[in-house]
Amino acid sequence: MASEATGAEQGAEGGSLVFHPMDQFIVKPLFGGDTVAWYTPTNVTLWMALAVVAVIALLVLGTSKRGIVPSRSQSVAELAYGFVYKMVEDVTGKDGIKYFPYIMTLFMFIVCSNFLGLIPASFTTTSHIAVTSIMGFGVFFAVTILGFVKNGSAFLGLFWVSSAPLALRPILAIIELISYFVRPVSHSIRLAGNMMAGHAVLKVFAGFAQVTAIAPIAILSVTAIYGLELLVAFIQAYVFTILTCVYLKDALHPSH
Amino acid sequence: MEGDIAQLGQFIGAGLAAIGSGAAAIGVGHVAGNFLAGALRNPSAAASQTATLFIGIAFAEALGIFSFLVALLLMFAV
Repeated sequence: MASEATGAEQGAEGGSLVFHPMDQFIVKPLFGGDTVAWYTPTNVTLWMALAVVAVIALLVLGTSKRGIVPSRSQSVAELAYGFVYKMVEDVTGKDGIKYFPYIMTLFMFIVCSNFLGLIPASFTTTSHIAVTSIMGFGVFFAVTILGFVKNGSAFLGLFWVSSAPLALRPILAIIELISYFVRPVSHSIRLAGNMMAGHAVLKVFAGFAQVTAIAPIAILSVTAIYGLELLVAFIQAYVFTILTCVYLKDALHPSH
Repeated sequence: MEGDIAQLGQFIGAGLAAIGSGAAAIGVGHVAGNFLAGALRNPSAAASQTATLFIGIAFAEALGIFSFLVALLLMFAV
């Protein structure tokens, strides 16, 4: 943590960056104080709760009128529902539909957290590996347990590539095994890393806006990057959910 | 100019790790470019393969994010 202090000092002396681009990810208690225990309400708690409120507002309140001609919020809710439903159906097949509520929950929570994080001066909960790894490891354990429950020991056929030559199979089994256990790590770090990188880039360009000579270019690029971040926020939620579907498909149909 | 040799190594290492982000950019561009090349040859089959496109991009991008993470760890956590 010493380098952080020196970074701030350099910024103050050089006049290039007054704030640090990673400061936006600091977890702070909401009601003062410095210690963060497991029960302390922090800004992460607040923005996660707001994401849940946003999901409920969209899916429950938005569709409560059940109009034949849907209102705007009802259209968005129906679009989101149909989008995720089609994704589960396309990737996992008919027997994966049973697990649609879990995948819909994941998608709506991630997409709402990502979009709420794009509000200026808000906090992006999905930029913390602690948050995303809970979801990533949740998917990993759920899928592994489901695979063994549904297929018994036949689930191990996932690692035994029966279409490959016999001599290659043990080597492939080791590679498949490693790639299987890296899944939750890459699954969670992909989401957290993308959100963190995007928001850090926004802050760096906002810092450039303090230098008068390049301020117009910096402000224009912040606008452009913000648009890109809107796209990334959606695509990363999409990627997280579709990979969940792919892992679910592996658990339901382990043979290659 | 001040600081110790460990900090020097830390910054050089973070810079080297950032090369991985560029490598991932090549990978993502390769996936997207090949998808476009295939999609222009057979546009009717393109729509059904967008999910595969995004999975491919996600796998290529994850490794770049790993190198970015190594750079961040070297800068702030070591």
